[in-house]
Amino acid sequence: MSAVAAAPAPAATGAGTGPRVARYVEHVMGMPISLALRGRHVDDRRARDAWDEVVADLRDADQVFSTYRDDSAISRLGRGEITLADCPPEVQEVLELGQIARVQSDGAFDVRRRTATGETVLDPSGVVKGWAVQRASAWLHALPDTDFCLSAGGDLVCHTDDPAGQPWRVGIEDPADPHRLIGIVPVRRGAVATSGTAHRGEHLVDARTGTPPAAVASVTVVAGSLTWADIDATAAYALDAEAATWLRGRTGRAGLVVWRDGRVERIG
Amino acid sequence: MRRIVLWFMSTLTVVVLLFGYHTSTSGPSSANSSVVSSGSDGYSGSSGTASSGSTSDTSGTSGSASGSSGSSSSKATSVTGDTAQTQWGPVQVEITVSGGRITAVDVPVYPSDNPRDQEINSYALPQLIQETLDQQSANIDMVSGATVTSDGYLQSLQSALDQAGL
Repeated sequence: MSAVAAAPAPAATGAGTGPRVARYVEHVMGMPISLALRGRHVDDRRARDAWDEVVADLRDADQVFSTYRDDSAISRLGRGEITLADCPPEVQEVLELGQIARVQSDGAFDVRRRTATGETVLDPSGVVKGWAVQRASAWLHALPDTDFCLSAGGDLVCHTDDPAGQPWRVGIEDPADPHRLIGIVPVRRGAVATSGTAHRGEHLVDARTGTPPAAVASVTVVAGSLTWADIDATAAYALDAEAATWLRGRTGRAGLVVWRDGRVERIG
Repeated sequence: MRRIVLWFMSTLTVVVLLFGYHTSTSGPSSANSSVVSSGSDGYSGSSGTASSGSTSDTSGTSGSASGSSGSSSSKATSVTGDTAQTQWGPVQVEITVSGGRITAVDVPVYPSDNPRDQEINSYALPQLIQETLDQQSANIDMVSGATVTSDGYLQSLQSALDQAGL
């Protein structure tokens, strides 16, 4: 499920106040990938090349990890056609992250999940997205004197060249109305991930029970890396009523838990 | 986070290099890597007593040191470094040396009980919006929300931001 081609050139650049921001959009892994750049390299050749590398990097990850592709390493591994040793090394890395997340979430997060029919399937997508975007963002780090904010379907990595520079302002969607915001978090260097059901329906379940959450509407986690922001948002969401308590026990995280009854809890 | 880790490692390196100056037969780089990786292996000092300060053979960089047990030939010595002021708060490193090898690295003084404070410069707490805002009035750069698929993208706030190019 990938690659709906979009215009490769940057979108119109800003005319408002503040530094000029150039934006890029592509669709990879069935998700919109949005990039905002500001600073020295925003729409010159270096910027475009870095963006091309980001997209190629994400497509590579999709080739290896997509559960929608029968020929991906992860699909073949899941069917038992190949062993871990036959897979690219990043498969082991991702499965190890999944293992750590499973232990730390008391089993609510698991890359091996049960389907409604009781089958167990290998689905590391809960790790792959954040991990892949964090990895791909390295191409943007290489742009000197340039700030970037890279989002994959609402989970994003921010970086400001100046550690005390103008933070990126990240709006947090209201899960009850995705056209509205419920919060804003300023981020210089860090990542923001949100798990919920607003756009995709009931796709996240507690791996221990196979049931979707009933009490929590969305969990937003701010952390140093998107790998862990994404894992923690997914795990907290799967933990349902325990989401806020669990997230408070995590080190180095901030966040928002929005409950279905409309209450909002701030973590951090 | 990375910054403080790097800073912390460089502090260890400095302390280790001080050891190395007096006692090590191995090069600074091997002392450096051994401590960073494990804190205990690979450091090959040539004598049983570490001395890195200027006052006595058991003093550390700040002069506070103590032998921890009674054994004489390879007695364990704890060396406490100066408390360094960092932008995150005070940091102090203590290294235990036994038989010319570093056997433990502790950090008795650390900036905060809450590790998030290390990153507080990098991201702030989410600010709640009391009255719900639409995107025109929010002045935001990106949107974090439940996973937007390519199908749903055109209806999303992020799509509006991308098209506005602001």
